[in-house]
Amino acid sequence: MTVTDLVSYEDALATYEPVMGLEVHVELGTKTKMFCGCSTALGADANTQTCPTCLGLPGSLPVVNAIGVESAIKIGLALNCSIAEWCRFARKNYFYPDMPKNFQTSQYDEPIAFDGYLDVQLEDGEVFRVEIERAHMEEDTGKSTHVGGATGRIHGASHSLLDYNRAGIPLIEIVTKPIKGAGERAPEVAKAYVAELRELIKALGVSEARMEMGQMRCDVNLSLMPKGSEKFGTRSETKNVNSLRSVERAARFEIQRHAAVLSSGGTIIQETRHFHEEDGSTTSGRVKEEAEDYRYFPEPDLVPVAPSREWVEELRKGLPELPRLRRNRLREEWGVSEHDMQSILNAGAVDLIVATTEAGADAAAARKWWMGELARRANEDGVDLDALPITPEQVARVAALVAEGSLNDKLARQTIEGVLAGEGTPDEVVEKRGLKVVSDEGALGKAVDEAIESNAAIADKIRGGKVAAAGALVGAVMKATRGQADAARVRELILEKLGVEG
Amino acid sequence: MPGITREEVAHLARLARLELKDEELDHFAGQLDDIIGAVARVSEVADQDVPPTSHPLPLTNVMRADEVRPSLTPEQALSGAPAQEQQRFKVPQILGEE
Repeated sequence: MTVTDLVSYEDALATYEPVMGLEVHVELGTKTKMFCGCSTALGADANTQTCPTCLGLPGSLPVVNAIGVESAIKIGLALNCSIAEWCRFARKNYFYPDMPKNFQTSQYDEPIAFDGYLDVQLEDGEVFRVEIERAHMEEDTGKSTHVGGATGRIHGASHSLLDYNRAGIPLIEIVTKPIKGAGERAPEVAKAYVAELRELIKALGVSEARMEMGQMRCDVNLSLMPKGSEKFGTRSETKNVNSLRSVERAARFEIQRHAAVLSSGGTIIQETRHFHEEDGSTTSGRVKEEAEDYRYFPEPDLVPVAPSREWVEELRKGLPELPRLRRNRLREEWGVSEHDMQSILNAGAVDLIVATTEAGADAAAARKWWMGELARRANEDGVDLDALPITPEQVARVAALVAEGSLNDKLARQTIEGVLAGEGTPDEVVEKRGLKVVSDEGALGKAVDEAIESNAAIADKIRGGKVAAAGALVGAVMKATRGQADAARVRELILEKLGVEG
Repeated sequence: MPGITREEVAHLARLARLELKDEELDHFAGQLDDIIGAVARVSEVADQDVPPTSHPLPLTNVMRADEVRPSLTPEQALSGAPAQEQQRFKVPQILGEE
């Protein structure tokens, strides 16, 4: 099976109906691991955040992290799930060096949250309901470095090195029910679901859910069945698809690959597949072990979790406004289109714009700066918008200076440039760089007189009623004042002096 | 009568990455079968009204506050490792030549 054997996406969808299952792992933002008090801080030296419990040493005993359980319940509630009255952890046994215990502590047939849904909004505004099978608590694995092979790959490696700092970090695994009926929009639904889930997780404050940092990872399970059939085909499981764009591409690729295999009379093997960012393809991984091979059994070292109904209701009351509803509310308040709102969301600007309006700017100005000048800078520097060294309060201050006429657009841009360059607050930058609009009417009047004098022909046209020609004179004045004039005021003065009604 | 077959023992050995010789498989299959048989007697005694026990004490909701406790030093963490490199646990080749 090579990449060239794909059938076209359109042909695949003409014959088959895709069925997807999405498994998302979210690393919680707790201070400590799920079952021990080791720090979860990122970037520590190898094996400096381990203890007998997360190393699986004999005699150690795990105790569950209360915030880990609380976060799991919050996620479950936000996904409209039922919360188990009583549930246990289970050992998932497998022999692989990423877990020193030789099992992962997880949950098996008693997840803490089950039977929910998440409504996701596609780019054209259509709402698609994704049913949730379960959300359960588990722990992350250690990090392997493969040595001796090509470009760090496990294939051909002579040996591997393990850092267990990550082993035991709390994970919540969220599993959808089979997603049917999305048809050709299946890849788009997959992407929108993961995007919405990420927004939800962030809104709950349980994780930053940064996919590029592995805090949120997605497995895409996909199968095809002939149109009209009710019987699911054999699925493939594409592992670790770690960006929104990749989720969409992986689903699309697998639809085309499955269709090619099935159309030529072949059979799909149930296997895990690896996704390749470079070309959006997947390649065969290992043949999947059967669930019974994991020999799940109740974890005897951890007692059952039985969240009281009072606790659950208290957490339900504290849930934030759902991101999709909040976005729709903001979209109406700001008066922008679905498409513009999607761009704002994609740029990671929603919260920044909200914070800027809360700091006093009007929404249009806040949106203009974040989606214009600042988005451009973030893009150029290859950083997230919220990583730029300027705060919403500072942007609001710039907007206020523009609104009161102290800065025009050009000067405002220079002010922002100064703030980004670390020259201080907007007021300090304006002061240091001398960016105030020339509001001295005398100086401005003189500049206008000079412009009229040296552009006599244009001035005549304006006198003759061609008001539009005033733009050239405004330009001349702006040039003379090195941009530090209020263009609207300059225009007023020009028309006034030439005795024309604006 | 529950039991375990020689094939199941071979399968378990593979899952645990244990290399067992033929005579070892025969040997362990017999032993494990005896053990499972002995444990199975418990279910003969336990009636329908006795739920399976996973925990001997009727405790629930034992949780810890999310507070950082000191970890081991890397030297301590690695002190029991058969091999180490770059302050990491060194393990043999994971994928064999296939």
